[in-house]
Amino acid sequence: MELKRVVVTGLGALTPIGNTVSEYWEGLSTGKSGCGPITKFDAEKFRTRFACEIKNFNVEDFIPRQEARKMDPFTQYAIVASDEAIKDAGFDMDAINKNKVGVIWGSGIGGLKTFEDEMIYFGKGDGTPKINPFFIPKMIADSSSGQISIRNGFRGPNYVTVSACSSANNAIIDAFNYIRTGRINICVTGGSEAPVTIASVGGFTAMRAMSERNDDPATASRPYDVNRDGFVVGEGAGALVLEEYEHAKARGAKIYAELIGGGFSSDAYHITAPHPEGYGALLSMLDALEDAQIKPEEVDYINTHGTSTPIGDPQELKAILDCFGEHAYKMSISSTKSMTGHLLGGAGAVEAVASILAIQHQFVPPTINCQDLDPAIDQNLDLTLNKGKARKIDVALSNGFGFGGHNATVIFRKV
Amino acid sequence: MFDNLSFNSNLCIVFEPQNILEMADIAEKVKSIIVEKLGVEASEVTPEASFTNDLGADSLDTVELIMEFEKEFNVSIPDDQAENIQTVGQAITYLEENAK
Repeated sequence: MELKRVVVTGLGALTPIGNTVSEYWEGLSTGKSGCGPITKFDAEKFRTRFACEIKNFNVEDFIPRQEARKMDPFTQYAIVASDEAIKDAGFDMDAINKNKVGVIWGSGIGGLKTFEDEMIYFGKGDGTPKINPFFIPKMIADSSSGQISIRNGFRGPNYVTVSACSSANNAIIDAFNYIRTGRINICVTGGSEAPVTIASVGGFTAMRAMSERNDDPATASRPYDVNRDGFVVGEGAGALVLEEYEHAKARGAKIYAELIGGGFSSDAYHITAPHPEGYGALLSMLDALEDAQIKPEEVDYINTHGTSTPIGDPQELKAILDCFGEHAYKMSISSTKSMTGHLLGGAGAVEAVASILAIQHQFVPPTINCQDLDPAIDQNLDLTLNKGKARKIDVALSNGFGFGGHNATVIFRKV
Repeated sequence: MFDNLSFNSNLCIVFEPQNILEMADIAEKVKSIIVEKLGVEASEVTPEASFTNDLGADSLDTVELIMEFEKEFNVSIPDDQAENIQTVGQAITYLEENAK
């Protein structure tokens, strides 16, 4: 069976460093930090009191209040980012076959705020379960893809992938597969998360996974720095419209890049710790390269998973060295989580958008906040520290690794 | 059988005069809950208006409305009674009779 080509024809972003794709790129290319004190709840007694929240966002600018109140924030974010991507794709909504348009979204958790609010309300009562009838449909992770399809009338495959921080990469790869096998023409994909909540921040700090640099939040997400002390949680959404190449060409669509490969693997090692040799990460990248049918030497830029945790960062770089050999020193590598924080299930989506924009602008966004490069890290790697740079980027690879040992990698190429 | 819930709500109403609602207050509160939850204009919320046929409520909206009435008026509306509350007027009448 001959596989069809799949291209990116629309992008959307709602992130801690920009509420649209153009603002996001402005933030990425100039090295902006999206981090600040937590405003979403009273974090005074929490070990970590900062996060990468989205700013100046009023949901009612995008979704009528009566609809918005039946959506958890992670779904609201999904709607806003996917709206931007769909508009960007410039479809004639009456001309496309909506039965052949899928929505495959990623979210690591789903409606956590909704879950918390309802259980807190229950806990304050006398044990009578006065649970709101919208609780379940707001909370479940697949309400995001469901709401996107309801809003746009897209009747193709519709579901959400859940694989922690690789969720969105898994969603993108599934969307890719449905299009290249000819099952659908178009798929809205990406991911979102709204994890700046008491349970999430409390839970991740209990694992000692989050940075506790409360005296200087803006520099807390510092991948590859010797003093990094954990990830910074972020919220928001990234969206991509994927489209079969001939379908896009026939309607004269603007094409950002081609999605040429997706790879995945499992560490089969530990529920939270990455494999110490980076074996799962290596397998995922090798799988993606094989799927893309390209040589390792063709990759120009890697947007790493790079969460700023002591253990995770070096193992991914080791895997990159094992995968690419000498070529690893010729590539540009960066962690845009240094700016956006870690959007968990939405991370792969905003990082895919970053990788595509890097190709479009032929510019590598930086890894900010690295003041003292960890001596345990190979000093000859080009980690794009603190300042972005122009360079030729034909092929960009983006990694996402999740608790549970899930790894997923996507590769985009300039068209 | 001793009914703890209604006993509490009765106690509440007997001893806390601020909870004694005038009929006009009930109608106004019902209307404002409907405007808030269904996102409709106050002018549409007439006594004859049906939640589902006229005000755009689906089955979940209707359940939520009943729960809001229970919360606001401190009553417990049994399912067999809730089924009979289909219009704004029926809600007001039920609450005028039971919220006291």
